Amino acid sequence: MRVLEIRSVAGTVTVQDAGRPGFLAQGLSRGGAADPVALAEGAALLRQPAGSAAIELMSGALTAGVGQPTRIALTGAPMRATLTEGGETRPLAWHASHLLPAGAELSLKPGPEGGFGYLHLGGGIATPPVMGSRSAHLAGGVGGPLRAGDRLPLGVDKGGEVDLLLDPLPRFGGGRLRAVESLQTRLYGAEQIERLQRTPFRRDSHGNRMGVRLDLGGAEPFAAEGGLSIVSEIVQPGDIQVTGDGTPFVLMSECQTTGGYPRIATILPCDLPIVAQAAPGAELTIRLVDRETALQALRDAARALADLPRRLRPRVRDAGQIADLLAYNLVGGVVDAARPDHIEHPLHEDPP
Amino acid sequence: MSDPAAFPRIAPSGVDGLVVSFADRFDDAANRAALALRAEIDAEGWPELVETASSLVSTVLRFDPLGTHLEAVEERLARHLEGRDWSDAALPEGRRLLTIPAGFDPDVAPQIDEAAEAAGLPDRQAAIDSICTAELRVLTIGFAPGQPYIGQLPEAWDLPRQRSLTPRVPVGALGLAIRQMVLFAVETQTGWRHVGQTAIRLFQPEAPDPFVLRPGDALRFEPVSAARLAALTDDPMGGAGIGAA
Repeated sequence: MRVLEIRSVAGTVTVQDAGRPGFLAQGLSRGGAADPVALAEGAALLRQPAGSAAIELMSGALTAGVGQPTRIALTGAPMRATLTEGGETRPLAWHASHLLPAGAELSLKPGPEGGFGYLHLGGGIATPPVMGSRSAHLAGGVGGPLRAGDRLPLGVDKGGEVDLLLDPLPRFGGGRLRAVESLQTRLYGAEQIERLQRTPFRRDSHGNRMGVRLDLGGAEPFAAEGGLSIVSEIVQPGDIQVTGDGTPFVLMSECQTTGGYPRIATILPCDLPIVAQAAPGAELTIRLVDRETALQALRDAARALADLPRRLRPRVRDAGQIADLLAYNLVGGVVDAARPDHIEHPLHEDPP
Repeated sequence: MSDPAAFPRIAPSGVDGLVVSFADRFDDAANRAALALRAEIDAEGWPELVETASSLVSTVLRFDPLGTHLEAVEERLARHLEGRDWSDAALPEGRRLLTIPAGFDPDVAPQIDEAAEAAGLPDRQAAIDSICTAELRVLTIGFAPGQPYIGQLPEAWDLPRQRSLTPRVPVGALGLAIRQMVLFAVETQTGWRHVGQTAIRLFQPEAPDPFVLRPGDALRFEPVSAARLAALTDDPMGGAGIGAA
């Protein structure tokens, strides 16, 4: 069996697929890739099933190699990717597929904006599924981060083209988040809901696979009528909890399943990758939409994912190509891999 | 229930969920109603749902928002709720009784004495007796995988959560606040007082049935010595016995 050999690893680097839905009643959130769009883009680039497991790097770094030529794809937040073979190192374009030759070393280092980067492998990662998924669920104690020396089995790859490029679906650099009302939205009153929608939030440096805090940037905190004494309810990814200090906190794929903080709104699942990929300091705004608009947004997002395979184009090996320039520029970047901008500590809000 | 006229109340949760609330604060009857409603819907197997769950006083239904109309689920739900006295719901059938050994010596349960005093009980033994003779059940499972909220303890135990969080309690710890206990499935920080310690592992991802407890299960804690508890740590079930409730 082909394996991917992990030679060195830093930060939170895990195997992720679409996660394990269906265990809400048992206290386990779905988990899975923080940026499911990146998962779909990788699958499209390698022309393989969307559920294939990949490696997610949360501002992490990785070096790895293979014993047999292996197709790879790089998606999500751009990282500094290089390939070293026979003493020669060359940059690899992001949002692209490549052939990783036997004996070569692939190196991924944090890009300028942080976020979640993904390494996909031809045939997918074929570790034994646990409860129907290969995803590590760090908060829930399923699996764990990758370590140097790990050998990840790969599935059968029927082969296919490499050197394909894909313009990523727009979700980087922050932006507008569409949301629907949640159970406690009305406890905030019209003035606060209006203010919620015109406050330019900044993505706080506190964020991980469980949740992301939004920085108020000096704006007035939010407060529900009746204070904080609401009974604990089931919460889900996308819910915006308002914590004790009046700050919105967006629950992400690996969140807890119950919460006692009021929820001011729920971000649409199709807009959560924007939160995941926003760099600390990036501006995020919230826009409440009605149900019909929300459903149309979900339909559009599903169509965009289904369309990915049609958007592939061959990468011309030309130094003038934008994708290559991006890769070259990143090589000269000044990101310090030892100080990833994601703070890695438990971000459980409202523990029992 | 809080205001009987206002409940049960149906409200959307996100784009893919409906929540039926039976109260707006914890209430034993509302919890029974939430458990019963979920059990009934699961038994009927509504094809439009992808998942159901219950929390302390509510039931959540999840569906595929693009494949199913919210209004259709809402209507079926309203029909199901109609004309029933939910304040009198019976607990689901097939519940089990788990008897779980627990240590209460201060070296494994550092806040038992403090909690006994706060509850106005004469001494540690009175606190242990009160906890171990109470008729308890799994009110809901949540926050972390397999982790139960357990209740309800006698009124004396209506203790507020601590202002400052205990930085870390071990897996299997029993935390107590607001007449409830949490039996921790993961190592965590908490505002609940650490009053007991068990050796049970409530979430075993590699096991054929990864979750030991089910919502509604009856629970009894059996006091054991610290030495006996230490001997049980090799058993993922922590010496727990399972029978019919």
